Amino acid sequence: MDPAAIAKAYFLIIPLMFLAFAILRMRWAWRIPVGIVLAVLVAFGAEGFVPGAIDYLVSFSVMASLYAILSLGLNSQWGYNGHLDFGVAGFFAVGAFTSALFITAPPSGLMAQYAQQAFGLQAPFLVGVIAAGIVSGVVGYLIALPVLRLRVDFLAIATLGIAEIIRRIFQNERWLANGPQPLSGIPQPFSCVFQHPVCSWLPKSVADVVAPLQPRDYGYLYLVVAVVALAIVYFILETAVRSPWGRALRAVRDEEASAAMNGKPVASLRVQSFVLGAVVMGVGGALYASYMVTIDYSHFKPLFGTFIVWVMLMLGGSGNNKGAILGAFVIWGVWSGTGFVTDAMQASLSSIAPEIASRTAFLRWTFVGLLLAGIVLYRPEGILKEEKIVSGFLKRFAPGSRKRLAEPAE
Amino acid sequence: MAKTLVEDAPVDMLAVGKASDDAKPQDTQEGSFLDGRAAMGIGLAVILVAMWLLGYATGTDVQTLLSLTIWGVMLGGIIALGGIGLTLCYGVLKFPNFAHGALVTLGAYVTLAVIQLLPKSQPIWNFSFGWELVVGLLVAIPVTGIVSVLIDGALYRKLRHRNAALVLFAMASLGMAFFLRSVIYLLWGSDFHFFYVGRSNPALHLPLGIRVQADQLFVFGLALVLVILVYWLLARTKMGKAMRATADNPDLAQVRGIDTERVIAWTWCIGGGLAAAGGVMYALASQLRPDMGFTLLLPMFAGVIMGGIGNAFGAFVGCIVIGIAIQLTSAFMSPAYGPAVAFALMVLTLLVRPQGLFAEK
Repeated sequence: MDPAAIAKAYFLIIPLMFLAFAILRMRWAWRIPVGIVLAVLVAFGAEGFVPGAIDYLVSFSVMASLYAILSLGLNSQWGYNGHLDFGVAGFFAVGAFTSALFITAPPSGLMAQYAQQAFGLQAPFLVGVIAAGIVSGVVGYLIALPVLRLRVDFLAIATLGIAEIIRRIFQNERWLANGPQPLSGIPQPFSCVFQHPVCSWLPKSVADVVAPLQPRDYGYLYLVVAVVALAIVYFILETAVRSPWGRALRAVRDEEASAAMNGKPVASLRVQSFVLGAVVMGVGGALYASYMVTIDYSHFKPLFGTFIVWVMLMLGGSGNNKGAILGAFVIWGVWSGTGFVTDAMQASLSSIAPEIASRTAFLRWTFVGLLLAGIVLYRPEGILKEEKIVSGFLKRFAPGSRKRLAEPAE
Repeated sequence: MAKTLVEDAPVDMLAVGKASDDAKPQDTQEGSFLDGRAAMGIGLAVILVAMWLLGYATGTDVQTLLSLTIWGVMLGGIIALGGIGLTLCYGVLKFPNFAHGALVTLGAYVTLAVIQLLPKSQPIWNFSFGWELVVGLLVAIPVTGIVSVLIDGALYRKLRHRNAALVLFAMASLGMAFFLRSVIYLLWGSDFHFFYVGRSNPALHLPLGIRVQADQLFVFGLALVLVILVYWLLARTKMGKAMRATADNPDLAQVRGIDTERVIAWTWCIGGGLAAAGGVMYALASQLRPDMGFTLLLPMFAGVIMGGIGNAFGAFVGCIVIGIAIQLTSAFMSPAYGPAVAFALMVLTLLVRPQGLFAEK
């Protein structure tokens, strides 16, 4: 194995470890050591045997992880509380631009004539992510106040409209984020690891390992960032939904009147779940901005911002956080996979009918549109169904489990 | 129409929010609905006048404002063509059809295909188009109508049969919106198109210094004729009555021997046809883009909600108001925010009077 492959394998260990934790079904005492060993084996094995394919798989997984975060955000709105939010793209855009404004430097010198932005704080990456979550949450709260009292179908129309307006603001307000021109030069966390000379804070031993890597290998590091962020978001949401608070959300979704009768603050809970979803989507946007380096308003059109996230959540299983992540990876896989097919078609068609060849890229829209219709028709609950009982307490003592409530405590 | 869960809360807001002067009517029972309607009408008029004044204050002269208003009425006519179909489907089928914008686009592109097939004739009168556009329109209306009936049969009917939740219908229609748009991309590409490339479209000089293109007059005239036709259909014909009965209560309608599936098919057909007409008119006024219908979707929903869901006449008036508001926006703001103004009016309506301007009850 050449040194570059070994260095790449080191980066793969953490994402693979999380994957192993998610797949393995055993007690945590076993899951952690087995998961780590498997991750190391697979990482070095893959880099040893198929290094070329891994490069592609990494960039694929980064995007899929980012979409999984959006899908999780939508799940906490739609899956747990039944908000028909067709404005995912809006929060996505707010998060992305907020983070970009926080972590970039304001344009100076000659650039200032071509690029404008409201401010540039040069803050650390993590500050940008947190700011994105906060601003997106505030925007979500402001939207929730008038809109959540509406019927579910009005909510869908209203959120679709809000997302469109947010996109237009980023398109037309030059002073805010460079208007229709892209906002570029968004810093990437730890990018100096892949530059020569490497960051000064990196210990000598680590620096030697990553020395053979090039800046184009940055995706390996960002995969770690994205997967860790995804794991944190998943953990928080999973804890939230199993808590009394999360169960109250589900109660409000299913039986609003009963929930109110049991003293649950229905209106407030609805706003809380909407804002939580907005925060998560904002975080997803922040991660997206740093990965893309250059963003502009056209990245946040309804197709990529809203529609595809909905297909992911519906396919994976709304109301199930694992399903939301699974759906994101499957749909992004379908999307990327059909990209190969249409590229091949384009190549073969271009000699016969160049007009049509240039349009085959749109075939995948057609496919994903039909896919959503199919899901709605044949499996509206998605691949992974929502769990009936999410409470950890009830599950432990449910009939059939080893412990019983009736047993006397020691 | 569809009974809302939260209908009462916003009505309370109406009583409180609108009576900014001393009178504070606590009574929000049936009797005050008329007041609510009047208040809302006045409120809308005040908003439009305020937009006029704002435009005037920021240096737009009266003639331009007058022209903008007239153009707004024309734009409102286009929006109304889509909006009426949307409101009928919304009223009868009880879900917001997010694919309606794609039907608008489809109608325009079908007409484009017909125009490209036919030989070009001389322009009629002062219009920029010849007879082939009229032929294209007459082809596009039934084609789009049939397409929407087919979509209903393949998708929505199955959902209806298993009593699917409203959200599934909305989602299915969102899927269809992207499906139809992608088909348009596949067939016609992503470039802009014009019905007629480089043909001049001189403005007519009307009294008071208003400049209006003949095409715009045609657009508004057609919208008016179609609206009257729909009104006649709903008020006088058996099918129209069956449609209204189905919208009110599908089960009762079925008990009375109405074939609701047939009614629904006709609703789709009429809705799709009107959307196609709206698309052709919009393309005549600007250009053909694959996302043109999506741009119109928000103003259409705004007009529909303002006029009261299921109310064709209400949708017409609502869409005209929205059209004027969108055009007047450009007097004091970037015209890109026209849809935002439409949206703001929609949210205002939903908060103040969610049953719309012309609710029957």
